[in-house]
Amino acid sequence: MMRITFATGLALLAARGIAQDVPLLSGGVAFFHSTQAGSTSYMPIIEPLLAAPIGSQLLIESRAALIESFFPAGNGQSGYDHLHFIGLTYLQGDFLASPHLTVVAGSFLLPFNTYNERLSPVWIGNFQDGPTIANLGTLSTGTGLGGMLRGSAISSDKYSIDYATWFSARSGNEQFNSERSAGGRVSLYAPGSRVEAGLSYDRLLQGTRENFYGAHLWWEPKDTAFRLRSEFARGHHAQGYWIEADYRTQAFGGADSWSGRFEPVFRMQQTFRRDTVVSDGLPLVNTQRADFGLDYNLPHNTRILTSYSRLFASTGNENIWETGIVYRFLFPAWKERSNIAPPLQSFSEPR
Amino acid sequence: MFGTCDHPSCSRSSDRKRGLVNVSRWIIAILVVVPLGMIPLLAQTNQKEQASQQPAKKTVQTASSDRGQQVFEQNCSRCHNPPEGFSPRISGTVALHMRVRANLSDSDYKALLHFLNP
Repeated sequence: MMRITFATGLALLAARGIAQDVPLLSGGVAFFHSTQAGSTSYMPIIEPLLAAPIGSQLLIESRAALIESFFPAGNGQSGYDHLHFIGLTYLQGDFLASPHLTVVAGSFLLPFNTYNERLSPVWIGNFQDGPTIANLGTLSTGTGLGGMLRGSAISSDKYSIDYATWFSARSGNEQFNSERSAGGRVSLYAPGSRVEAGLSYDRLLQGTRENFYGAHLWWEPKDTAFRLRSEFARGHHAQGYWIEADYRTQAFGGADSWSGRFEPVFRMQQTFRRDTVVSDGLPLVNTQRADFGLDYNLPHNTRILTSYSRLFASTGNENIWETGIVYRFLFPAWKERSNIAPPLQSFSEPR
Repeated sequence: MFGTCDHPSCSRSSDRKRGLVNVSRWIIAILVVVPLGMIPLLAQTNQKEQASQQPAKKTVQTASSDRGQQVFEQNCSRCHNPPEGFSPRISGTVALHMRVRANLSDSDYKALLHFLNP
């Protein structure tokens, strides 16, 4: 039902003879609230995304993050303190060299597993916070500064294989911080069974050389609104996995009915420390965490995210309560130029 | 001189003539009525032919749109909810962005572009 509505909406909007390659502004505006172990914080976020094609083969794209974080002052002081962050998440140029090859240059999101590239935007994630292992393999910054080759190697009705391989230089620039590293990812997707499986690998080429291995498995049964996503990542000092399932019922009036807009989400994740050297952002001890979420998809691209999580660790168990609202926007970067001549009287108006 | 003939042969010939007239009337009637009746039939046939041709075009268009919708469902909406709608002016940019982000093949990219802006 949702798909039909979307297709119909697009068909109504579509018109022939209109330039289709106008730069777009997209992104999300969110307000998040989180209470972890009795400590409550608030976080308004704006994540704008710009995509601007230049000709038919070149695309410039960039995403930024503007975050203001309010949290308890601590140290026995009452009230709240705050931090703000403004920065580019990535800025890259994509050159479509051939039907099977796209050359990417600039600051790009590291294609290690799926979360960093696909699910990290604020308007996409089902939970406020990413999985615990999100830092594993993404080399603390999540971005590389250099070049990447990617594309669809094989594509048929039965299966498709895509790839991405990259090299990043070391950069201490505040906006384009990155580590010297190299890696790649290959994914196999079977459209018939809606299963995707992929492997990722990257290697840190500075300081202590470390290898990171990743694997992901996604399954979305056909004609259902059920999605299952999972990832496994292994680093030199720690490893872990997450598995997430979400569902929107279409039984009572479709996905756009009041009941179909509810989206129960469940995520299970575990991290295992291999030694006590902490260099990857994962917790010091083994952890297990279960996230129970209930999202509501409001009209006009707005979502309400709520979740309760229970974190189990030898350092102490914690409850995490999160609520938030996210609005996703998507529109042309500038207004359409009108071809209608202005009325004569406008010429006589003083400027 | 031109009085009625009472001869049996004459009466037979006059009957024959009357019969021929009747036949000719029927033929004329058939020749007139049948074409008149054929007009709506022909019109219906034309409509049927047109109708049979139109779905053929629609089928071609729908197949292309279905392919695009399939690409959208398999690549775009796997990660995010479809937006409720957007300006057709950015449909090409959206498709191009998805081509890079989802590693779409060239044919999938074209099908998606057609789906977003048929």
